[in-house]
Amino acid sequence: MEKALNVPTMAECQAQGKLPEVLFWVGCAGSFDDRAKKITKAFAKLLQASGVSFAVLGAEEGCTGDPAKRSGNEFLFQMQAMMNIEVLNGYGVGQIVTTCPHCFNTLKNEYPGLGGSYQVMHHTQFLKNLMDSGRLKVSGGSFRGKKITYHDPCYLGRANGEYEAPRALLSALESELIEMKRCKTRGLCCGAGGAQMFKEPEKGNKDINIERSEEAIETGASFVATGCPFCNTMMTDGVTAKGAESKVAVMDVAELIAKAADL
Amino acid sequence: MGAWPSLSNVIFALIFGAGVGYFTFNMRRLVALIKKGRPVGPVAHKKERWRNVLYIALGQSKLVKRPVSGLMHVLVYLGFVIINIEVLEIVIDGLFGTHRIFQFIGPAYGVLIGLFEVLAVLVFFAVVIFWLRRNALKLKRFWSPEMSGWPKKDANLILYFEMVLMGLFLMMNASDLSFQQLNQGNWISGSIYSMIQDWPQAQLHLIERICWWTHIVGILGFLNYLYFSKHLHILLAFPNVYYGRVTPAGQFENLDSVTEQVKLMMDPAADPYAAQPEGTVPEKFGASDVTDLTQVQLLNAMTCTECGRCTSECPANQTGKLLSPRKIMMDTRDRLMALPKEGESKQLLDDYISRDELWACTTCNACVEACPVSIDPVSIIMAMRQYLVMEQSAAPSELNVTMSNIENNAAPWPFNQQDRGNWINE
Repeated sequence: MEKALNVPTMAECQAQGKLPEVLFWVGCAGSFDDRAKKITKAFAKLLQASGVSFAVLGAEEGCTGDPAKRSGNEFLFQMQAMMNIEVLNGYGVGQIVTTCPHCFNTLKNEYPGLGGSYQVMHHTQFLKNLMDSGRLKVSGGSFRGKKITYHDPCYLGRANGEYEAPRALLSALESELIEMKRCKTRGLCCGAGGAQMFKEPEKGNKDINIERSEEAIETGASFVATGCPFCNTMMTDGVTAKGAESKVAVMDVAELIAKAADL
Repeated sequence: MGAWPSLSNVIFALIFGAGVGYFTFNMRRLVALIKKGRPVGPVAHKKERWRNVLYIALGQSKLVKRPVSGLMHVLVYLGFVIINIEVLEIVIDGLFGTHRIFQFIGPAYGVLIGLFEVLAVLVFFAVVIFWLRRNALKLKRFWSPEMSGWPKKDANLILYFEMVLMGLFLMMNASDLSFQQLNQGNWISGSIYSMIQDWPQAQLHLIERICWWTHIVGILGFLNYLYFSKHLHILLAFPNVYYGRVTPAGQFENLDSVTEQVKLMMDPAADPYAAQPEGTVPEKFGASDVTDLTQVQLLNAMTCTECGRCTSECPANQTGKLLSPRKIMMDTRDRLMALPKEGESKQLLDDYISRDELWACTTCNACVEACPVSIDPVSIIMAMRQYLVMEQSAAPSELNVTMSNIENNAAPWPFNQQDRGNWINE
């Protein structure tokens, strides 16, 4: 067991009469998926290293309702949304950062209509701001000169128009950023969106994550960077299925920066 | 010039009146069909919408993202619009028995017609290339299953129409003796004329008249063909872009009817046994037929010109799944057009769009991004999923498990909500 992180919950903060700068919305994958938990920790360490005061909801956090909504279950989505909004408004939360583009999209775009308006940022946007303001130092470390390709999560890219923040962070790693043929507005989905993560794909001649992983491997990059825990799972599975896991590592942008800084 | 009106003026007026009249009749039918959808209420962001019309519709900014077909499309579009200024002159000439009435503007007339002629040639060759791309190069997106039969024939007919119309325009100018003798603006037709100038005058005049008449009748025919064709996009692209999405693509609409119910459920003061007020009809959730869709979604369907850029970008389609966003739009249109005939004997779900197609979507918005005229196939897929889940409880079984997990422990997997913070100390 590594050294425990000292991350407070909102309830603890409130008991001490403190309101943190930002709420870190961890999300279901970030809380429970073993691979995604590493992304959560890497990001928490980066926040701590930058001196950001933040807290999590812990047991008071619940699924945003994104997979329910995209499955067509608007009831369940709105139930989840209203319960979360009650908690968030109760703490007077103003700013939210999350490592999941699905949570990011739902909180940012679909909660305001139900009474929950916050300033919501994806962690790559937040980290870029920290870097630009000098609070976070990003340097290459072991990634200097390494080839990295970036996979655009649909719910960060096309859904919300953010293509540059993750790329700016990767460039600051002094790495060689290689684009896949299908990138940015034309980026190919990893196959997990729209609640596909939780079901078997429909019948076809190939799985989408294989198609995307092949494209990533073709670039010759040693690292596939993502900004989404679900893309991470899909790409990791795809790279493994192609037997390329010894040559290509799938990592979140936050993990790369944290590792470069030896956090 | 004989006395006005001559027999040919009367015949022209009748043909012209019939052409415009039948077109108007069909446009009213079209509006009535679109109004079968749910109203959308007043639209916000008017300034941004007009900006979109300017850039996306008029400026074709999204079309040129694929430079080859995009630039050729701009050419055909500009050519066709500009050359149709000539139609105004033809109509005036036809109704009043004049000949090239606009010649009174002087040398500028020659420049104008010369420009039309150059455009006509460019349009002609662009259309030939379009035909080759479709039929000889067999680009994948033109050979999907939904493109067999009428859609394929329709696409080629449009191209033939345009080739013939451009050819007639040039021939009409080439055989017009007085125009050729003036030698102003016959930039292209002059060289055709040099090949036929030795023909008897009467014969040239006959050719000119035949071309003139076939050209204008062809244009009226083309106008009336629109309603029955995917080519309707030349009109509907503009309103469709205006009504297109101006919010982030990831923002899916929250159903107000559900909000009411959820608020009631969460309100401790609400009486769970209270009877619904008399006469209230419970609202249907989601869409099983075109009448459940919004008017904007139906306008989307009528606007689609089957270019297939959506389908070629769709991750599900690229990996061999049944889903094709273009087919979603075509099915919606076909069902809407058949609505008066089929009535309720059929519906959009199952009779047109299968459940396998709906469940293959990753909601990645690649299709929405790719559409040059702001059509949103994802919104229709979502509305139909909502019907399947909320009205029929017919989600794929794994998703039912996911949803009951969210309901029971606020995560898509069966983990205890109390353990959400465990990662901190692991």
